[in-house]
Amino acid sequence: MSEPTVRAASRADILAAETSEGAQELQYRTATPSGELGREVGAVLRLEGHTLDPRDIDVDRPDDETMIINMGPSHPSTHGVLRLMLELDGEFVLRTKPVIGYLHTGMEKTGEELSYVQGATNVTRMDYLSPIINELGFSMAVETLLGLQVPERATWIRMMMSELNRMASHLVWMATNGMDVGSTSMMIYGFRERELILAFFEKTAGLRMNLNYVRPGGVAADLPDGWQDDVTVICDTIEERTYEYDQLLTGQPIFRQRMVGVAPLMAEEALALGATGPLLRSTGVAWDLRRTMPYLAYDQVDFDVIVGTYGDNFDRYAIRLNEIRESVRIVRQCVERMPAGDYRSQDPKVTPPPRARIGESMEALIHHFKLFTEGFHVPAGEVYSAVESPRGELGCYLVSDGGPKPWRLHVRAPSFVNLQAVPLLMRGGSVSDAITVISTVDPIMGEVDR
Amino acid sequence: MIELPPQAPQPMILAEALGADVSCFPTREQYYELVRAFKDDGYELCSDVCAVDYLGHPGRALPDGVIPTRFEVVTNLLSMSKASRVRIRVQAGDVPEVASLFNLYPGVEAMEREAFDLMGVIFTGHPDLTRILMPEEWEGHPLRKDYGVGRVPVQFKEAPGPR
Repeated sequence: MSEPTVRAASRADILAAETSEGAQELQYRTATPSGELGREVGAVLRLEGHTLDPRDIDVDRPDDETMIINMGPSHPSTHGVLRLMLELDGEFVLRTKPVIGYLHTGMEKTGEELSYVQGATNVTRMDYLSPIINELGFSMAVETLLGLQVPERATWIRMMMSELNRMASHLVWMATNGMDVGSTSMMIYGFRERELILAFFEKTAGLRMNLNYVRPGGVAADLPDGWQDDVTVICDTIEERTYEYDQLLTGQPIFRQRMVGVAPLMAEEALALGATGPLLRSTGVAWDLRRTMPYLAYDQVDFDVIVGTYGDNFDRYAIRLNEIRESVRIVRQCVERMPAGDYRSQDPKVTPPPRARIGESMEALIHHFKLFTEGFHVPAGEVYSAVESPRGELGCYLVSDGGPKPWRLHVRAPSFVNLQAVPLLMRGGSVSDAITVISTVDPIMGEVDR
Repeated sequence: MIELPPQAPQPMILAEALGADVSCFPTREQYYELVRAFKDDGYELCSDVCAVDYLGHPGRALPDGVIPTRFEVVTNLLSMSKASRVRIRVQAGDVPEVASLFNLYPGVEAMEREAFDLMGVIFTGHPDLTRILMPEEWEGHPLRKDYGVGRVPVQFKEAPGPR
């Protein structure tokens, strides 16, 4: 009876055809053009005037010496649904190709269907660890097109909430990075501290994540009564705990062996790849939009830009740890200097009227109705606004046709661009180092795939 | 307003831009040379490459001499030494095709693939112009304005499938 065998074999062919992802997959060396091959080993410095070094891509290496394997998209250390195709020589990584798109939900297209009032609810879901900063980038773009001046208190509230958000985001990074290198206590501590911040967000905005708190024109609600005490407790606790992390991780020999000198990056490479944020600062480039191209009131507060030297995993860790401390400094100054006044613009075309006014004023009712049905109109034009997210430059390119909805909403997601450094960082390292590379590049897949 | 780098192709149309120092409007042929001139002039980082579909747009404000086409490719460059941004808006044609900046800024690789995937812009010279976010076998480019949104695929017997 040979029939079952034949049927099984043809079934296997069909299965293979069904599961093949085609050209997005890492192909054998013989089937890959040299430009693409160079990209997959991360040879970024072959700019004009440089030619690709054949030794770099081992063009002569036969395909049967190496093994192409798949890591992800549901691997516990890939922080979501990142899929990496690795070409391995034994334990060592030769080529890497990130395959993304598993979380793509067409958020830029959705953004064209939502009015500017609703738009913040969409962008806040992109980078789910720093929702406030996403909303801020979008709102600043809309306000620039409107030519709207935001009240001073709103600016300072935005700045304080952004920094609290940055702390929360870096704390999650500390937690997941700890998990990746085997420090499960750090996992619990990071989430424990982040809980303090999320509780304050819930008290202020009503939600823990995806807050829709920063909106065009200001913020959704004023800070709650007694917020100074809450924020001071958060700052005191987290600052103290960062020194506990020092004891737990920074000097810990196993942790240092996994981090120090692993996956170094040079400044030229980081710039060529468009990397920003801690990834770029770890190479020694002191580029932080909060300092170099200030927005909000960052030019009025005192903080340091943390810069690394070697661009290795440990520098990226140290930068994030110290950025938590710098954020604490900024938040403390916000508590001291928070101005009084309006928390949102009083322009009735942009800001809905207070609830109590709707019952007694016809104009307020009309404005409320217009705002929440049609939304406000934004003058035609296009703008690019950039803010510093915990992962780098978060840009928002907005095109308006003069209507109540964006004509085009494009978000320059820092993780999406930073992810291109992964093949370079992984080259030559072992698979266990690959885990730490994914971790320290810190991609947020919601933002990568949008 | 900044001055154009000396090697920039001439004539070049400039305009003020929101969120950047200046917008440049090169032709498709000038695009690559202009970006190269800016790169040599100290614009170290290519922040962003994206494409916009202006099909059905009521009319955008463009300086004199720029012939609007349906697609526009927008590149944002950043100079760290000068702390300035410059925006390059190239009219990419009705069948969009521009030169890839991959040889100048390798970091545009993913952004150009995204613009190809979602908007259908062909970047000539790109090493691996494949879909990046959408599934490999997807038909059409979802961010185009003539792409149906929320369309429920209705299957009729013997009829060609959706998309």
